[in-house]
Amino acid sequence: MPDTYIARSSNIAARMLAGEMMVMNSMDSTFFTLNEVATAIWQAADGRTPLRDIVSSRVCEQFDIDPEQAQADAAQFVADLAQHGILLVSDHPLGDSAVTEER
Amino acid sequence: MTSVARSSTCVVEVGGIAVGLCSNDQSFLESVRQRYAGFLSSSRPVVELDLELVSRAPVSDEDVRVRREGSQWFLDRGDFHAQWDPRSGRGQVWQSANPYALDSVLRILHSLILAGRGGFLLHAASAICRPDREDEPARAYLFSGVSGAGKTTMTRLAPRDVILLSDEISYIRPVASGYAAFGTPFSGELAKPGENCTAPLSALFFLEKGPENRIEEMSSSEAARRLMRNILFFAEDGELVDELLATACDFVEKVPVRRLTFYPDRRVWEEIRTFEAVATHA
Repeated sequence: MPDTYIARSSNIAARMLAGEMMVMNSMDSTFFTLNEVATAIWQAADGRTPLRDIVSSRVCEQFDIDPEQAQADAAQFVADLAQHGILLVSDHPLGDSAVTEER
Repeated sequence: MTSVARSSTCVVEVGGIAVGLCSNDQSFLESVRQRYAGFLSSSRPVVELDLELVSRAPVSDEDVRVRREGSQWFLDRGDFHAQWDPRSGRGQVWQSANPYALDSVLRILHSLILAGRGGFLLHAASAICRPDREDEPARAYLFSGVSGAGKTTMTRLAPRDVILLSDEISYIRPVASGYAAFGTPFSGELAKPGENCTAPLSALFFLEKGPENRIEEMSSSEAARRLMRNILFFAEDGELVDELLATACDFVEKVPVRRLTFYPDRRVWEEIRTFEAVATHA
């Protein structure tokens, strides 16, 4: 199974508020509040690290979640955000230009 | 002998931001002066707009389009076309004689200016409550929500000593103590401009009608989400949205945001007074 790479879209604004990540798509004003696990994946979405590695190092270890379940949940989360243009998804590493600055 | 129409200017100042409106159509300019009578100013304008009336049909039911090309902003709707360069502070408006066209241009212009200054226009009624004691400062309240949530109802139910800042579009800017609300001439159903005054904000209430009056806390994320949904911004512009999200997050950390379920009679303002008294003496 090929690796999946994820990067934050350049069309979004994101801010941390009271421990939660607020993410908004500037093109259609859709708004998301990410939970802790989703925030960890979001913060690690650098376009270069495979999703599988992000989940194992940033999710399973930090949140004590079953690896198989974590991979499945992460895949669903990534698909949802990609559908709304919040994340870019590719089967090869993505360039730096796709990754927005995190604040 | 050929007569040359002389251009005149009036300055309309909202929220401390003065906009000069220049036209050689004296009768139109007079109608502008009347419309914004409470907001005319002698301040030096930060923006100067040349107004030119065009004889296009006043179609205003289409969506407004706002875009940035380089440093220049372009604003378009059926009844106006405008462009504005923030660097020079100058702009042009081609519009029908419909006063709502200029009103819309000013709302958009202020929303763009405010975004860069940490402020925003909000779909909300706003009002200033006079304090019970003279040594206490007056405080402003925002009442926001979707259409039909009760913004106009809240202003209609307000006691006589409450100063109405707007029944539709509220004007918010950061100040040393947090945020302040300013009166605007931009009216809604009441068709009545707000008072041209300001006060520090005490709270933002998101309105919901219900069988009884109740004020409840909201999580920061829910407050920010609802605030962003009700801020007026017209441009699909990443930089602008980023600035507004930063402002919204800052706002909800500094200003109490509550859910106000209310039964539409005058007792809801007693609930506001109680909230104010508790907040003042906390």
